[in-house]
Amino acid sequence: MTMIPSIADTPTPEKTATAGRTALVAGIDVGGTFTDLVLFDSAQGRVRLAKTPTTLDNQAFGVRKTLELVDADLAAIDLIVHGTTTTTNAVLERNLCRTGLITTQGFRDVLELGRRTRPQAYGMKGEFRPIIPRDLRLEVPERLQADGSVRVALDEAALEAAMRELLDKGCEALVIHFLHSYANPAHELRAGEIARKVWPNENVTLGHALLSESREFERGVTAAINASVQPLLRRYVERLADELARDGYRHDVLVMNGNGGMVSARRVAVEAAKTVMSGPASGVMAAAYTGRRAGIPNLLTYDMGGTSTDVALIRDAEPAVSNEIEIEYAMPIHVPMVDVRTVGAGGGSIARITRAGLLQVGPDSAGSVPGPICYGRGGTEPTISDANLLLGRMNPDKLNSVSNGISREDLITIFAEKLGAPLGVTPEEAASAVLRIANTRMAEAVRMVSISLGEDPRDYALFAFGGAGPLHATAIARELGVPRVLVPSRPGITNALGCVVADLRHDFVNTVNRPLAALDIAQVHALFAQQRQEGRALVEKENVPIEELKEIFSVDMQFIGQTHLLRVPLPGPAPSVGELQELFEAAYFHRFRVDLPEIKASLVNVNTSVIGRRPGIDLALLIDPAGRRETLDAARTATRPVWFDGWRETPVYWRDHLPLSARIVGPAIVEQMDTTIVIEPGDDAVQDRDGNIIITLGNTGGAGA
Amino acid sequence: MSIDPITLSVIQSGLQQVCDEMDLTFSRAAFSPVIAEANDRSDGIYSAEDGSLIAQGAGGLPVFVGTMQYSTRTLIEMIRDGRVPAPEPGDIYIVNDPYLGGTHLMDVRFAMPFYRDGEIFCWLSNTGHWPDTGGAVPGGFSASATSVEQEGLRLPPVRLFKKGVLDQEIYSIICSNIRVSEQRIGDVKAQAAALLVGEARLARILDRYGDDVVRAAIGELRRRAAAQMRANVALIPNGTYRSLAYVDSDGVVNEPLEIRLAITARDGELTFDFEGSSPPCRGPMNSVLATTHSAVYLAMRHIFPDVPISAGAFEPLTIVRPAGTFLDAHYPRPVSGCAAEVSQRIAEAVFAALVEALPDRVTAAPAGSSGNFALGGVDPARGAGFVMYQISGGGYGGNADHDGLSNGCSTIGISKAPPVEIMEQQFPVLYHRYALREGSGGAGRHRGGFGLDYEIELLRGHATASFVMDHGRFGPQGALGGRDGEPNSVTVWQGGRAMVPEHLSKAQDIPLEPGDRVRVKTPGGGGYGDPRDRDPTLVAEDVRLGRYTAAQAAALFGKAAAGL
Repeated sequence: MTMIPSIADTPTPEKTATAGRTALVAGIDVGGTFTDLVLFDSAQGRVRLAKTPTTLDNQAFGVRKTLELVDADLAAIDLIVHGTTTTTNAVLERNLCRTGLITTQGFRDVLELGRRTRPQAYGMKGEFRPIIPRDLRLEVPERLQADGSVRVALDEAALEAAMRELLDKGCEALVIHFLHSYANPAHELRAGEIARKVWPNENVTLGHALLSESREFERGVTAAINASVQPLLRRYVERLADELARDGYRHDVLVMNGNGGMVSARRVAVEAAKTVMSGPASGVMAAAYTGRRAGIPNLLTYDMGGTSTDVALIRDAEPAVSNEIEIEYAMPIHVPMVDVRTVGAGGGSIARITRAGLLQVGPDSAGSVPGPICYGRGGTEPTISDANLLLGRMNPDKLNSVSNGISREDLITIFAEKLGAPLGVTPEEAASAVLRIANTRMAEAVRMVSISLGEDPRDYALFAFGGAGPLHATAIARELGVPRVLVPSRPGITNALGCVVADLRHDFVNTVNRPLAALDIAQVHALFAQQRQEGRALVEKENVPIEELKEIFSVDMQFIGQTHLLRVPLPGPAPSVGELQELFEAAYFHRFRVDLPEIKASLVNVNTSVIGRRPGIDLALLIDPAGRRETLDAARTATRPVWFDGWRETPVYWRDHLPLSARIVGPAIVEQMDTTIVIEPGDDAVQDRDGNIIITLGNTGGAGA
Repeated sequence: MSIDPITLSVIQSGLQQVCDEMDLTFSRAAFSPVIAEANDRSDGIYSAEDGSLIAQGAGGLPVFVGTMQYSTRTLIEMIRDGRVPAPEPGDIYIVNDPYLGGTHLMDVRFAMPFYRDGEIFCWLSNTGHWPDTGGAVPGGFSASATSVEQEGLRLPPVRLFKKGVLDQEIYSIICSNIRVSEQRIGDVKAQAAALLVGEARLARILDRYGDDVVRAAIGELRRRAAAQMRANVALIPNGTYRSLAYVDSDGVVNEPLEIRLAITARDGELTFDFEGSSPPCRGPMNSVLATTHSAVYLAMRHIFPDVPISAGAFEPLTIVRPAGTFLDAHYPRPVSGCAAEVSQRIAEAVFAALVEALPDRVTAAPAGSSGNFALGGVDPARGAGFVMYQISGGGYGGNADHDGLSNGCSTIGISKAPPVEIMEQQFPVLYHRYALREGSGGAGRHRGGFGLDYEIELLRGHATASFVMDHGRFGPQGALGGRDGEPNSVTVWQGGRAMVPEHLSKAQDIPLEPGDRVRVKTPGGGGYGDPRDRDPTLVAEDVRLGRYTAAQAAALFGKAAAGL
């Protein structure tokens, strides 16, 4: 649902006990619909929030608007961290800079041919548009072999001519992508030197620079995406930084990356591809931080919005990271990014009866236009949001705020006609069935994410956010056999919060690809040492205060003959060969319940993440402590009938008024500015010191099937 | 027992989830890249009575959509007849006999009874494509075998696991008869692990909803899938629809094989009759009955992807047994080409027959070949033998909505192609090009997609090249006035001299020396609709992007469309 005020403020005039820290930090996240701001003032013990519609043509307007809304004194702000969808939108809408590619003779079509796939397993239809069109993909004589040796020398004259041809064709950015450059970057580096002479700007991406791994399609697409969004991102962040500086801001703007870390606006465009998916990543970072403080470090995050739902897994307060994200069909970005998977339904998913007479929810969605019926924008198909409204889970008064007057009776009529009659049930039962089926499907999707990462969801807590996440979280958790649900203070601004709490982070991958028996362990140790050193240098360069430097070491291994890699966390950067073997076998057994003493193992990649933890912030400030009431009764705003296998008169509470010590036994509804929380009958909710609501599920008997 | 439609949906989704988890477990833990990377596997749940399909993983290889129920049914019958020992809990049967409800020998099936209260409630089965099962040719894709014995080791149903323990005696017989056997234990364990995951998950569903409710739901879901397929099929006006598709040759006798198909639509039911198709052939392009059925089912599923995979979906489809043709092969006819090639020709025949009746749903013919090129030899740099496969896609057919996709996967597959860089790391070859095959898409209002054009040079050692491809003689058919896509083409340079295989798309053991090259151009998709109706701006764009030359465009689309 998007019926939330366009601005919300949590004023706290009084100082609180946490005063004393000096930092004034702003996190600003530009999402698809709204731009959110969280301004943390540790000195004043005060948090200010703002929300304004995203300004699509220039996101900077929305960013500055949020700062105006909270009357921020830019000169006093110590740090602005920014999450932007500039690059995400550009890629998904193919709204890209004109970019040329120069590649090895014979291989210009790699980006168009892909890996020989089709969009769906069944149905022989589907289209694919390569990220760089064929007439802007040129070839030059040059060829390396798989071992990095030169078979055909780089034809520099041809290369220069190709660059000039691309310039004549109006290209603004350039990709150099040669076969086997991960094994020997000499030709790409030389091409880069020539580009510095010929190419009129900095928008030159060398294929091996972002990703030094074999697989020419994935490396090429990653480089091509980087180049195609680089000028856009550069212009955007430079202009934003200039404008903020003009308004008085005196420091660097940091920009969120998809790995959950952040980078100075001055340097972010060099590796622009890393900012694609930064929005979902920052939400997961906020979840990890919240979970760490709450003492619940193992989380499945569940971010349900209007059209889709994002799921991620946090193990030991660290989000799972993947190098193999595909942002849409045949569009891989192979740089380390928080592993956020988009699954199934959102609030706008449409319910209908199939030809087989079965109720089906999704996959098609009413989107935001026309949206669910209850938006009052002309939607006529029953959706998940409409079911929530009809069943009293969402506040029916919200219908009154819609201009063209959709009433609850209208909803009932539509549910009766389209779903109830064919199923032979009442409209309420039909709406309840819509939720049950949607929840089952979403639980299955969450489960698949969890088990594909080798984890049993029952060992995790569900972290619910997004506008619709907390409406469904308890039902989904019950379905999954997950014992607990955590709803943070401000589920609707989690991404902006992620900007405030995110770490500085740099990830490194080097390919070794040797059987353990033939492994030069000193070389592995040297690679770890080099990765650490590079990471530490980069963290220092950001010039942002950090509290702790954390390093995470891992290797990717496989049994010889296998193609899948398994990531094996290491306790330190100097493992022995024996330790590697042992840890790998244990990890393999944990994941697949199979042990294979018959087969030898091989080490493929050496990975280090260097993380600069920034000083913590006090999440308890997100809800003004002064606004909390003395008793639970005083926080109750109403009772209303809510459907839980039948109507039940259910108390409704206002989140910001809940006393911290309150315990709520379901059924109950907790409403707040940015979401609605459903606590089902028998569930038991308490709050921790940060104001998170932690719901322990009542009856999970038989669940988890 | 009546069951409410909501519980029904929930159980349907739960059963589907069991199969999807089995698929995931199998792929993730498998060794063979064919399974792990190419997902050449499938998992499902089958009835205890007759092995009919209850649910199957959504990510399973399409060609297995119908085969496993035949395989399981045959096993159940053999147990009833006493030809195979009855199971005990924890037993897992292994079988790869093509004539017992299979495909080719490389597709190895595991089947495990699922017990409730001491009775078999259903079967869990899966199929995985092993990289080798012995026989004359590494990998099993012989282009010129004349009996199944030349194709590899044939296993009748035997209990590879007894009470949960691997039978080392059977396993050692298998290992002694297949290549790279030391890695197979990884696939065997993965394949068994998938069934065990399915067993645990299915038990939880039964515990939660009750055995009787789930049993009733399975029956009801089957009835509803049948109703859904009937409703879809009813879109086809009553009448008989005919088509003709060709297999280039059987690899031994250089003459085309004909698939003659007559589909009769009557009030929501379809009858598929292959009468008049070619008799059984000498080479390996025979199809076993299960594969023929599966090819029809997967074609229908491509046309109506909304119907859940279940035996009910097949009920309105009657396939007249094509006795006496190469589509109903018996022992000892060689069959290694059936799953990869013949099945796709059958699917193409279904598309071609129905495209006029269902012009919005059915596409013109896709490239429809697995494009199997195998190179085996010795790499002196490693002092070891190697077997390399290059499996290629091609253009898809144009359709009512848009042009066909370029370089799509085979109709019966869902796999990804290996990167050139990985191939060059692993094998003594160098690719000179890996390119879009210009001019190959069949002209039409919506043109076919483009095929692939690649050229490989042997760098060192000696090797022999084998090809099991198709559509070399005739390109994929256009539809509704569209032109055919370009046919497949193979050229081998030996000592600088170009050679085209006699059977065009099939050849075995062509010797190569260092410096020799192989160039393959895969088919383009068929065009859809009259080429002269193509939007001239799209014709101009194709010319600008070098997909057709200006002269080609003028010839194919007419001077007006080409703006000349």
